[in-house]
Amino acid sequence: MPNQSPQVLVAEEEQRLNGGPVINDFSIQVATVNGSGSQSSNTVLMRSIFQMGIPVSGKNLFPSNIAGLPTWFTIRANRDGWIARRKEIDFLVAMNPETAREDVMNLDPNRVVVYEETLKLDQYRRDLAFFPVPFAKLATEITPDSRLRKLLANMIYVGVVSELLEIDPAETETALTKQFKGKAKAVALNKTALDIGSKFAKQTFDRTVVPYKCQRMNATKGKIIIDGNSAAALGCMFAGVTVATWYPITPSSSLCETLADYMKEYRIEKDGKANFAIVQAEDELAAVGMAIGAGWAGARSMTSTAGPGISLMQEFIGLGYYAEIPTVIFDITRVGPSTGLPTRTQQSDILSLAYASHGDTKHIVLVPASVEECFQMAYDAFDLAERFQTPVFVMSDLDLGMNNWMADPFKYPKEKFDRGKVLSADDLKRLGSFRRYADVDGDGIPYRTLPGTNHPAASYFTRGSGHNENAAYSERPDDYKRNMERLNKKYETARQHVPPPEIQYATGAKIGFLGFGTSHWAIIESLDQLQREYDTSVSYYRLRAVPFTKHLAEFFERHDRVYVVEQNRDGQMGMLIKLELPAELARKLRSIRHYSGIPIDARFVTDALLAAEKGGQN
Amino acid sequence: MSLTTQQPPAAAPKNVNRLGLTMADYKGAESTLCAGCGHDAITSQIIKAFYEYGVEPHRVAKLSGIGCSSKTPAYFLSKSHGFNGVHGRMPAIATGVMLANKSLISIGVSGDGDTASIGMGQFVHLLRRNVPMIYIIENNGVYGLTKGQFSATADLGSKAKSGVMNDLPAIDVCTMAIELGCNFVARSFAGDPKQMVALLKAALGHRGTAVFDVISPCVTFNNHEGSTKSYKYAKDHEELLHEISFVPFFEQITVDYSDGETSDVELHDGSHIRLRKTDKGYDPTNKGEALDTLRKCQELNEFLTGLIYINEMKPDFLTLLNMTDEPLATLPQERVQPKEDDLREIMAELM
Repeated sequence: MPNQSPQVLVAEEEQRLNGGPVINDFSIQVATVNGSGSQSSNTVLMRSIFQMGIPVSGKNLFPSNIAGLPTWFTIRANRDGWIARRKEIDFLVAMNPETAREDVMNLDPNRVVVYEETLKLDQYRRDLAFFPVPFAKLATEITPDSRLRKLLANMIYVGVVSELLEIDPAETETALTKQFKGKAKAVALNKTALDIGSKFAKQTFDRTVVPYKCQRMNATKGKIIIDGNSAAALGCMFAGVTVATWYPITPSSSLCETLADYMKEYRIEKDGKANFAIVQAEDELAAVGMAIGAGWAGARSMTSTAGPGISLMQEFIGLGYYAEIPTVIFDITRVGPSTGLPTRTQQSDILSLAYASHGDTKHIVLVPASVEECFQMAYDAFDLAERFQTPVFVMSDLDLGMNNWMADPFKYPKEKFDRGKVLSADDLKRLGSFRRYADVDGDGIPYRTLPGTNHPAASYFTRGSGHNENAAYSERPDDYKRNMERLNKKYETARQHVPPPEIQYATGAKIGFLGFGTSHWAIIESLDQLQREYDTSVSYYRLRAVPFTKHLAEFFERHDRVYVVEQNRDGQMGMLIKLELPAELARKLRSIRHYSGIPIDARFVTDALLAAEKGGQN
Repeated sequence: MSLTTQQPPAAAPKNVNRLGLTMADYKGAESTLCAGCGHDAITSQIIKAFYEYGVEPHRVAKLSGIGCSSKTPAYFLSKSHGFNGVHGRMPAIATGVMLANKSLISIGVSGDGDTASIGMGQFVHLLRRNVPMIYIIENNGVYGLTKGQFSATADLGSKAKSGVMNDLPAIDVCTMAIELGCNFVARSFAGDPKQMVALLKAALGHRGTAVFDVISPCVTFNNHEGSTKSYKYAKDHEELLHEISFVPFFEQITVDYSDGETSDVELHDGSHIRLRKTDKGYDPTNKGEALDTLRKCQELNEFLTGLIYINEMKPDFLTLLNMTDEPLATLPQERVQPKEDDLREIMAELM
């Protein structure tokens, strides 16, 4: 931690301590029990703030459990649009007796606690503003059904919090109606709970004591809220995916499940038949095997998984690479190794994707940072897979995949699909013959035919064993080497076709950040902190794909030190970068690593950079 | 009966099938297996069956895993696309291929190791799904390419070439297939080309997974005294369920049911299998009887061949998925990409 406390920070913190008002800049944490049905309530609360035009983000910190273990949902509202996780909690809703004491103890002074009255949390601290609510008692006013009462208690806290934060009740009602769309009974019941909550708060509490307030802004107009997995599913659908085969695994399951929902709505033809197939496989091996079989036969195919699934898919991935078969593989990464923390986030599959499978293999990996990019890169992945005839990975993570993010509406992709170098029967009539693995165009990408092509020269034999340009079995050293070198050339060609990085060169900056994926949100907020609080300009390189592009070396050349920010223990992306850069540039690489399973936050990045820079000067 | 057939008889130019193709059009590359390998005999009958049935070679996908058996798709139908995948995972490839292009005819060749050991999980789920394909198990009870280790179909008490006795019970792939809902289960012997070709054609007429377990002796590692998968053992212990003939849908059926000795099963594509009963009076459409007969034969160390079970009423996987009639692989962009208004509608929902 830096011991200097800059002016700006002091001012803001004083405002918090002195009772505000703090407008549109706070975080709420709702501590509940997993399986208690709090998700709908939290979504309603988040949406209400969003509908008031205030930038907002929501993160669900949940256990690997169906019901009974603690879960925390944090909502961050921020007028400046910062949507990364913020460490400090301003407003706690303590509904879980198991964690309530610890939740309260963790708060900074002068924060606000809404809690179930019977938990008597005010005994633990004297420096917080406590708002006891008899949730259980209030819920009995609505229904005698005890199960339903538990659910409704959640909506009651939405009412209480809305009243205290001065959220427009009309917006809360709109959000609620949207949440329970088409279920009139649920809408009515929850509306009652909401009203009971706000009425209770109005009658019992002095809301001016709460420094945090929502005031209408205009920063979310026309924006959508969506999770990364749904965004990726939409990207797949608009990319014309026809075969999706998958095996359930957290945090990727919702990708194919959402895809199935959308496809049933938008991809059923007039005669009632599906122009797609979605199959839940028996395991990840089968899931990727089916995707590769379908890709070989010409379908736009995909699978979706997480780290353990990637481990299981290794052999097939190598086959896809070596036999040159297109498919798209989503890895929604979670905390490893092994089962790890299945419901927590990490960026730790980088090396296992970049070099997946035995032998000399290397792959194209697209790395979305936002829900917009989940959509766009899902779409692009199908073009790249078919263009390069190889498995293409899209590496998202739990934070992006399963949490709700604010975004601009997705743009309709107007381009024609790139179906790659596929020869038709007519092409073969003209050409007479073709050699499956010959580098005709000098880009390393060969031509292929699809089974079912009605021409005597169309057939070839695909194999994961050694083969020559005619796809015949070969163990000849020259055939083997030529093929491996062509595959390498193909990878080199890919550098010009993968999404390029986004680079901000700060004027006069000697140091730079290099980040990717969800770390982006913490980095851009950190850049602002460094500028405002420390008058320090830092450049930023946001990597969006492997293989790297030519811009990488240039960025290192232009800075003295480049801090690679990533969410894993070993600095995997840093390692990958070091392998590519010449030694004199690789020496400039520094590493900032966050790997607790909790999403990285801006303050962590800022502090780590300052500490490293300070250390470096000594 | 020739046991060492490697090449089908050369077809005279005028010998053509209903598509005008010769037997040579159904051949593949030269086999690299051991001389006398049962697998080559099966390859020959695949060539013959596909030729006689008049299958369009370009519509066929030849699929396999890893092992001696899995090499064989290179030795037949060179005008068909082939895919030699990874060990034990041919069912997944086959499923993906058929999802992508339902107009294809998939023939998968596997072995006992590829199916009953490393590939057991995928085999089981292929059957459960009833993916339309012919699934041949070239069953010799040993791993050939790695020099003679027992496989999971080796019989209890069978002796390896090294003299080691197998002390684990065999997995019976046919019993298992029936239990798992497979609707076409047949077993044959590489030394019985006539039965094999009739069953292969029957499998071509079936819609759904057709499991065809063929005892195919390994002349190098499992053809000795004491082996239960040798040519001699198979011949001595074979129990024919019935004599089989096949009448394809494109040939006229001459009806001679009157003797009560034959029964007909009509296949999905309109072809007929004609079964001439033996003294067993076996009914292959009766699942209970099929399982019972298999169990009895196992107890008596008999090696049962013929059409063990058939049911033409069950829908295949692609039908269950309610997929459009054309192959998904080649649907044009305008059919698989929703419209701009659709995206606008979805975005509005999320606002």
